[in-house]
Amino acid sequence: MSLLEVRNVSRSFQGLKAVDDVSFDVKEGSILGIIGPNGAGKTTLFNLVAGAITPQAGTVTLDGRDITGFAPHKVAQAGMVRTFQLMKPFGSVSVLENVAVAAMAAGTSRHDASKAAAQIVERVGLGRWRDLQSSGLPTAGLKRLELARALAVRPRVLLLDEVLAGLTPTERAPVMELLEALRAEDGVTLVFVEHIMAAVMRLSDSVLVLDQGRVLMSGSPQEVTSDPRVIEAYLGQEPTDVAT
Amino acid sequence: MNTVTDQSPDQSPDPSTAPATEPAPLPRPIWGRHLLVLAVIAVVLVPLPLLLPPNTQAVAVRVLIFALMAVGWNIMSGFGGMFSFGHAAYFGLGAYVSVWLLVNHGVSPWIGLLVGMLVAAAFATLIGFLALRYRLKGAYFALSTFAFAEMLRLLAINSDFVNRAVGYNVPLRPEFSLAFMQFAPGSPAYFWIALGLTVAAIAVSILFLRSRTGRFLVAVRDDEDAAAAVGVPVMRTKLVTMALSAAVTSVAGTFYAQYYFFIDPDVAFGSSVSIQAILPAVIGGVATIWGPAIGALVLGPLNDVTATLLRNPPAALSFLEGRAGLDVIVYALLLILIVLLLPQGIYGALRDRWRRR
Repeated sequence: MSLLEVRNVSRSFQGLKAVDDVSFDVKEGSILGIIGPNGAGKTTLFNLVAGAITPQAGTVTLDGRDITGFAPHKVAQAGMVRTFQLMKPFGSVSVLENVAVAAMAAGTSRHDASKAAAQIVERVGLGRWRDLQSSGLPTAGLKRLELARALAVRPRVLLLDEVLAGLTPTERAPVMELLEALRAEDGVTLVFVEHIMAAVMRLSDSVLVLDQGRVLMSGSPQEVTSDPRVIEAYLGQEPTDVAT
Repeated sequence: MNTVTDQSPDQSPDPSTAPATEPAPLPRPIWGRHLLVLAVIAVVLVPLPLLLPPNTQAVAVRVLIFALMAVGWNIMSGFGGMFSFGHAAYFGLGAYVSVWLLVNHGVSPWIGLLVGMLVAAAFATLIGFLALRYRLKGAYFALSTFAFAEMLRLLAINSDFVNRAVGYNVPLRPEFSLAFMQFAPGSPAYFWIALGLTVAAIAVSILFLRSRTGRFLVAVRDDEDAAAAVGVPVMRTKLVTMALSAAVTSVAGTFYAQYYFFIDPDVAFGSSVSIQAILPAVIGGVATIWGPAIGALVLGPLNDVTATLLRNPPAALSFLEGRAGLDVIVYALLLILIVLLLPQGIYGALRDRWRRR
């Protein structure tokens, strides 16, 4: 049985079908990459799965439990945490406190939460910035903070919305290593939206391609990148998306 | 340096590797130190009423009432970022509930104080739920709190249940009694009670900030969606905060009624009461622990200073003699100056300057 099952979810905004009858499965400990041109509905799909938006149709099942329409904090407490494409730090507090709050939200005691937070902050490479006010971090730091905060919840499923976007190639490498370690060492199941094809190819066990709110195809990274429909969907706009 | 530790508050970043924007290193909050400072201030202030002349003592009590109202307001609107323009509702409930119980059932104001806190907290939870349920934000949220306070005022004016616009006089007792919070005029006991209540309120706000819910609250204030995404129960956090904030401000209402022996719908629920809960916090420093008390210290004596000035102006200001409304003008000027020059308030500005050194 798959850990995360998304069945026929749909959502339209003022007649525009942002996500249209999308289904996918994610097995425990696997990594699913979601790609698609801009406006394909990737972030809306995340919002639907994570409870930020309620689907008008379809179901989301986490480990056999129907979590469709759960409020976002309930989804997180059920074991699935998402990060945001546009970083959302708790700007007035330190990097460490950002992560400690997330650990407490997952039920960790206040004392253990700061310990756990310190470990996670080290692990994502924010150790030397941990006492700085988080709003002042550069993009690369904020991306890592999104990740650190999500990890503090000890999620079974992690939904990552473009954690690599805006990073330089040197900054990307350690993040990709971290994601692989999360799967290998912590058994975290990952679903990630990404434009950077090199990362999708390297990390994903399978890839879901969205176009105009629908599933264009899904398959292994190789199958997907060689499929003429995918190439066409991408060549319909910026070809550089595929190249990078 | 990369070992995992849980202390070392001043681990300043290596400048060569710090991000280009150079964010400020935040000192770890040291709650114990705040509580200690509070205890010292409390002890130092205890002999104050024995040293002050009676008039000044009344000013000191007013300062404490202002502080109590603003400490309550600051919990919700400062730390929580949910701007309330209707804290008169909770002040008024604290005043009316305790006085109603006292007048109609002879219940001690101390019990009335607790009941008033509960009623104010329940009312705050109700209007908070409604406002959040319908996703009111920013100015609309503030206006809704104002509307609910006005609703209570009109309800009181039009309801026989609470004596309509006449309000209540607190009945004088044959003998002075701590149990009924009534003492000889000018007794230092009033100051000590107000001091005790204010110190307790500040302690509550310190303890709340370091509690799980308090830390959730700051996260929710900074980014609600991100807080929810990691599992913070946003609605519950906000409602608990509003209830606590209302309960603290209601205490000011109960004490006010017992101290001035009189309440009516305007004195209890009028919009000027809401403003009096806001101003000390804004002047002293919104979302700071000490701001409301410092602001109250500035605002409390202003009435008397302006009143004296109008009664006996110095020769240069003789045109002021016999006029009214100077206090309002001074309030307004002060507010404009603070917002322009010290947007963090007095305490906030001092703290930032001290940190930068």
